[in-house]
Amino acid sequence: MKKRFRLPVLLFLATAISQAQAARTDLTLGMQLEPPNLDPTGGAAAAIDEVVYANIFEGLTRFDANGRVIPALASSWTIENEGARYVFTLHSGVTFHDGSEFTAEDVKFSIERAMAEDSTNAQKQLFANIDSVEVVDPHTVAINLTQADGNLLFNLAWGDAVILDPATAADAATSPVGTGPFVFDKWVQGDRVEISRFEDYWGEPVRLDKATFKFISEPTAAYSAILAGDLDAFPNYPAPENLAQLDADPRYSVVLGSTEGETILAMNNATAPFDDVRIREAVAHAINREEIIDGAMYGYGTPIGTHFAPHHPAYVDLTEQSAYDPEKSRALLKEAGVEDGLTVSLKLPPPAYARRGGEIIAAQLRDVGITAEIENLEWAQWLEQVFKGKDFNLTIVSHTEPMDVGIYANPEYYFQYDNADLQALMTELAGETDPDKRLDMLQQAQHIIADDYVNGYLFQLARTGVANSKLKGLWPNSPTQANDLTAVYWED
Amino acid sequence: MLHYLLRRLGSLLATLLVASLIVFLVIEVVPGDPASYMLGMNAQPDTVAALRSELGLDKSGPARYLEWITGLVQGDFGQSYTYRTPVADMVADRLWISLPLALYALFLSTALAFPAGIWAASHRGGPADTTVMVLTQLGIAVPNFWFALLLVMLFAVNLGWFSAGGFAGWEGGLLAGLKSLTLPAISLALPQAAILTRVMRSSLLDVLGEDFMRTARAKGLSERQALLRHALRNAMIPVLTIMGLQFSFLIAGAIIIENVFFLPGLGRLIFQSIAQRDLIVVESVVMLLVFAVVMVTFLIDLAYAWVDPRLRQKRR
Repeated sequence: MKKRFRLPVLLFLATAISQAQAARTDLTLGMQLEPPNLDPTGGAAAAIDEVVYANIFEGLTRFDANGRVIPALASSWTIENEGARYVFTLHSGVTFHDGSEFTAEDVKFSIERAMAEDSTNAQKQLFANIDSVEVVDPHTVAINLTQADGNLLFNLAWGDAVILDPATAADAATSPVGTGPFVFDKWVQGDRVEISRFEDYWGEPVRLDKATFKFISEPTAAYSAILAGDLDAFPNYPAPENLAQLDADPRYSVVLGSTEGETILAMNNATAPFDDVRIREAVAHAINREEIIDGAMYGYGTPIGTHFAPHHPAYVDLTEQSAYDPEKSRALLKEAGVEDGLTVSLKLPPPAYARRGGEIIAAQLRDVGITAEIENLEWAQWLEQVFKGKDFNLTIVSHTEPMDVGIYANPEYYFQYDNADLQALMTELAGETDPDKRLDMLQQAQHIIADDYVNGYLFQLARTGVANSKLKGLWPNSPTQANDLTAVYWED
Repeated sequence: MLHYLLRRLGSLLATLLVASLIVFLVIEVVPGDPASYMLGMNAQPDTVAALRSELGLDKSGPARYLEWITGLVQGDFGQSYTYRTPVADMVADRLWISLPLALYALFLSTALAFPAGIWAASHRGGPADTTVMVLTQLGIAVPNFWFALLLVMLFAVNLGWFSAGGFAGWEGGLLAGLKSLTLPAISLALPQAAILTRVMRSSLLDVLGEDFMRTARAKGLSERQALLRHALRNAMIPVLTIMGLQFSFLIAGAIIIENVFFLPGLGRLIFQSIAQRDLIVVESVVMLLVFAVVMVTFLIDLAYAWVDPRLRQKRR
C-alpha cells in the first residue's frame, strides 16, 4: 500500500522543486507618476522615458547605466569635415515591432520630424545645430551640421531623439512601435502599462518575458504595495522615511544611486534684491546644506557647490566657497545696505524636496535677517508664474536634465543670469570635440557660476530605489530618466 | 404627477446649463497652460505654440465653449490633451471601477446602518442605543483614509488576504473584481454608515412619537410590528435624502480612497487631470458628475413621491 503512492509523491515533489527553482521572468515595477502618453518625442514628462527608453524605443546612440554614450541603432560612425559631418553605419537586420524594416530613411524621417516647424518635441534645442540629414544608402546615414558640434552623439542619446517608423509615428502616443527589445502590449490608463519580450529583437535578447509598470502616486500606498508583494521594485521610491526599515528586511534591497538632478535655490538675477551679487552671496552663506539634506531628504543627497553632477568626471567640488557662515552672510547684507531686513518671495513647486526644503531654508534665511514668504504652487502654476513669467525672487527646483550647465548661457532662462564670458565659453564648448579641452571648459564654467553666486546650490538629488533582493540588473543611478530593463533578471 | 415630473425635468435642464457655464469659466480662470505643462522646462516658444494650435487652445474662449457644449449634447466629450484619447472612453473605463465601488460601499453602509438604526431606536436610552451612538460617533470622527491604511496594514501586509491596492479587472471574473474593491468599499462605507445610522435612528424616534403610532399600538400591534409596518416607511424621507447625497459623494468623492488604494477610478482621473491641466477632461468629467448628482436628486425626488403620497397629490 505504502509503495503505491511513493512514486507519484516523488514526482510531485520533483516538479514542485523544479518549478521553485526556475527563475521568474516577469516583473512589476512601481512608478509614482503615470506617463501622459508614450511618445518620448512628443512630451517632456520624465515618466514617458521611464517606460519606453531603451525598452520600446531606441536611438542611434544611447546612455548606458553610468551615463556614457554608447552605440545603439548605429553600429559605428565617422566624424568628417572637421566635426561638422557625422556618418553613421546602421545595424542591419533590425525590424520595428510591426515587422517593417529599419533603414536610414527612418532616421531621416525621425530627425526631420523632430526639427519640423510644427514639431512638438520638448527638447527641440537638441537638433538646433543640424543642417540636413542625408540617406547615403539604406544602412548609412549622414548628419550635416551648421557648425562643428561635440555634443551631437550625446544629444542623439536622449529619449527625445529615438527613431520611429513613419507609418506608426503618428500613433506613438497611445500605441508605440519601436525597435527595442520589448513590445508594447497594453495600457490601462490610471493603472498600468504592460510590455513583453520582442522575439525578433536585433541585439542581445532580454531575460524577462513580461514587465508591468504600475502607477502609484501616494507614498504610503507605495510602501504597502512593496510590503504586500504587489510590486517587485520601486526604482524611484517616494517614501524615504521608511527606507531604513526596508533595508533591514532581508526580502528587500535598498539601492542608493545618483541622479542628474541638481537641486538649487534659484534666484531671480534680473530684479532686486538678487540682482546684487552681495545679496546672492549672503543667501549662499546662510544655507546649511547638511541641515536641508537631513531634514528634508532623510539624509539622502550629496551637497553641491555649483550646477554640476558630482559623479561626472568634470565636477569640481566648490561647496567650501559657499560654506555655511551666517556671520559672513550678515556682514554681506550689511555691506549691501539691507541690514534692516529683507522680505522676498519663495515659490515652491510640489515635490517634497521643495516643500520640505523650503521650510528649512526659510528658517535659515530668517536667521540672517531675510524673510522668505513661502507660496506653494502646483507645477502648472509654477511653470506659468516662475518659469515663464519670471515673477519670483526665490524658488527651489531640481534640474534633472543631464549636463545642463548650458542653461546659464541663456539670459532669457528663468533665473535670468546674463554673463557674456560664460556665453562665449559655452559657444566655444559646443564647437570643441577634444575631450580634454571640453573637460577644462566645463570646469571653467562651474567656477564662473560659483563665483557669481548665481543660485544657491543645495544638493544632488539621490535616487533611492527599493527592490526584491532577488531582482538584479536594474540601474542604480539615473543618468537619464529611464528604467532600462534590458539587463534585468531574477536570481535563482 | 406628470406636471410634477415636467417641472422637475425643466429645473434639471436649467441646472445643467448654468453648471456648464460655471465649470467652463472657473477652469478658464485657473492659471497654467496645458501645453507648457506637457512640454516642460526646455521647450522652445514655437514648440509650445505648435502644440497649442494642435490642441485647439489658440481659439477664443467663447468658440471653445460652444464647441465643447455642442459636442457634449451630441455625446462627444472631446479628446484628452495629455492622453490624446477620447474623454468618453476614458470616463467609461473609469466608471467601470467608480460605479461598482460606489454601489458596493452604498450597499455595505445601508446593510450596516438600517439594522443598527432600527435597533438603536427601538431600544432608546438603553445600553444598545448607547453602544450604537458611541460607535457611530467614532465612525464619523475617524478619517477614512487613515482607517483605509489600517485595513491595508492588517489585511494586505500582515495577513496577505488582499492586495494592497490596484484593480484586478473585471475580465478576471466578478469575484476577483469585487475582491479588489472590498477594502476600499469598507473604508468608504464606514463613515457613511455611521451618519446614516444616526439619521435613521433620529428619524425613527421622531415618527415613534406621532399620534398615528399610538393609534397603531392601540390597535393591538406589538412594538416591533408597529415599527416595521408604520414607522419605518414614514421615517424614510430624511434617510433617502442622505443616501442620495452619499451616493453622489461616493462617485466623485472617493479621490483620497482611490489614491490610497491606487484604483484607476473617476476621482483619480479628475485629480490627475487638474494637476496636468488637462482642461477638457476636467470640464467634461465635472459636467458628467453634475449630471449624475442632478439625476440622483431627481430620482430621490421621485422616490419621495413614492413613499409619501401627499407629495404627489399636492401638485395634482
